[in-house]
Amino acid sequence: MSAHASAAAAAPAHRPARHWLDDDQWLGRMMLAPAVIYIALLVGFPFLLSIYYSLSDATVGSRTLHFVGMENFRRILESDTFWRSLRNALVFTLLSQLLVVVLAKILAMALYSDFRGKWLVRLLILLPWVAPISLGTIGWLWIFDPVYSIINWTLRALGLLGPNAWPIWLGQPNLAMASVILVDVWRLLPLATVIILAGLSGIPQDIHEAAAMDGAGFWRHLFRINIPLVMPIMLVALLFGIVFTFTDMIIIYVLTRGGPYDTTQVLASLAFFTGIQGGDLAEGAAISLFLFPVLVAVVVLLLTIARRTEVT
Amino acid sequence: MHMTTTRWKRWGARGGHFGLLAAFVAFCAFPFYWMLITTFKGTLDLINTANNPFIFNSPPTLDNLRVLFFDTQYARWMLNTLEVGVAVVLITLLLAVPAGYSLARLSGRWGRHLAIGIFLTYLIPPTILFIPFSRIIGSLGLQDSLWSLVLVYPSFTVPFCTWLMMGFFKAVPRDIEEAAMMDGLSRFGAFLKVVVPLSSAGILTVVIFTLTLVMQEFVYALTFITSSSQYTVSVGVPTFLVRGDVYFWGSLMGACLIVSVPIAVLYNLFVDRFVAGFTVGAVK
Repeated sequence: MSAHASAAAAAPAHRPARHWLDDDQWLGRMMLAPAVIYIALLVGFPFLLSIYYSLSDATVGSRTLHFVGMENFRRILESDTFWRSLRNALVFTLLSQLLVVVLAKILAMALYSDFRGKWLVRLLILLPWVAPISLGTIGWLWIFDPVYSIINWTLRALGLLGPNAWPIWLGQPNLAMASVILVDVWRLLPLATVIILAGLSGIPQDIHEAAAMDGAGFWRHLFRINIPLVMPIMLVALLFGIVFTFTDMIIIYVLTRGGPYDTTQVLASLAFFTGIQGGDLAEGAAISLFLFPVLVAVVVLLLTIARRTEVT
Repeated sequence: MHMTTTRWKRWGARGGHFGLLAAFVAFCAFPFYWMLITTFKGTLDLINTANNPFIFNSPPTLDNLRVLFFDTQYARWMLNTLEVGVAVVLITLLLAVPAGYSLARLSGRWGRHLAIGIFLTYLIPPTILFIPFSRIIGSLGLQDSLWSLVLVYPSFTVPFCTWLMMGFFKAVPRDIEEAAMMDGLSRFGAFLKVVVPLSSAGILTVVIFTLTLVMQEFVYALTFITSSSQYTVSVGVPTFLVRGDVYFWGSLMGACLIVSVPIAVLYNLFVDRFVAGFTVGAVK
């Protein structure tokens, strides 16, 4: 930073600003402006509009809208579906991310050492993250098919399923929630794994050697050295996972459409069904704004982690 | 005696390691194996529950792919996706490359704060913005047009790509630009003629990410596009091919597989960059 400041101070002395193309400060602003303006117009403006809609009676059909104050929020807070969706969203997010972090840590440690065919294993493990999620989820729709489910076929072939038992994965409330959680774990496990792997390779080798010298066993090494050292990066993986899961509607839209009986409905999907398919933009906007506090919390935590690691 | 126990232990550890990895690979890759085998199965083989579903009970067939390409608009959707992808790549490069350079070199102390702010907008999900957007798109007369996607998609590609380019530009040694400026190039000239060519790896990364993000996007396309001829692949397949009670599972799985695998392979080559971009600030 200081090198930059001194360079900026020294530059005019050497070469008097002939042209704006040479004026660093000016040029910097000119080069940054298009991106910032674009983001402000396409992220900032719609966000403000969303707040405005949530206080109005906007619908898809009508061109006019009136200010109605907190009416939409009052209606939402009285609706059972909203509370159920909020609860589902929390269960969906917390359970899946808990599983993701634990599994990703195990997988990252298994992938850390070198072995033959590692690139292939890595490619296969990354598939769920790098393939388009809406298409990957259709693969699961077929796996969970009520008649041809491969899971049921295998369980029956192994004799684990009695003659009268035939779970309908996406049709029974608890199973449906378990299914969407499973697909979300499948989707986000690769990302969390590669993030944690990046953190593992950041640990200096001599720390492991010193621990081995001191005679620390596997578990002791894991809980006293390994996990504390990758904690910040595991938190980063967890926070991204929380954002991606809490605000996602794709898995639920493709698999269950929120059913059966709203038992897998989450805030994001409810906002879509209310606002876009139901045409009630105002109420949809109000529902989607409930996603925002979680985002803010995650951002604050991320910034704290970033600042702390910068200081140390 | 001691020798054999340590050898057993080592083999046990190796076996455990292998088993663990095999279990994870099976979990992650199984749906794609399942798509592959379903794509080439005859319909009668698929719906006969007495058959072993893991193998081909009757010879593999290309019928499902023929239906997919000739009886549905799948090829059209792929073309739509590609058109949107190319347009969004161009917009993203035009906005993110200069912005990244500006943040890396030309904006002093507030540059870092602004950079983090820009990165964080990447975290604002479509599910917060799609409702106001649906009306904005409507009043611009872009509903049901691919242009709506071209307009909106840079809102998530630009923040992330600006952040990525900033990282690449910071890695270019300052001396190189300063030498070019001594030789009479302006700062902007040095950026265009010297720094940008040196950052071609970064630009390629931006192109790949933008393309993959566009192909993955679902929520906006589902919201803005209503007629089947304008769909992108990621929305066309789940909404148009999956409907009613008749599922063409073979064609459907083929549709997923054909798009997923090339994107997955391409993305895989760059995924370390992606992770590095994600974790800047958290890993030293």
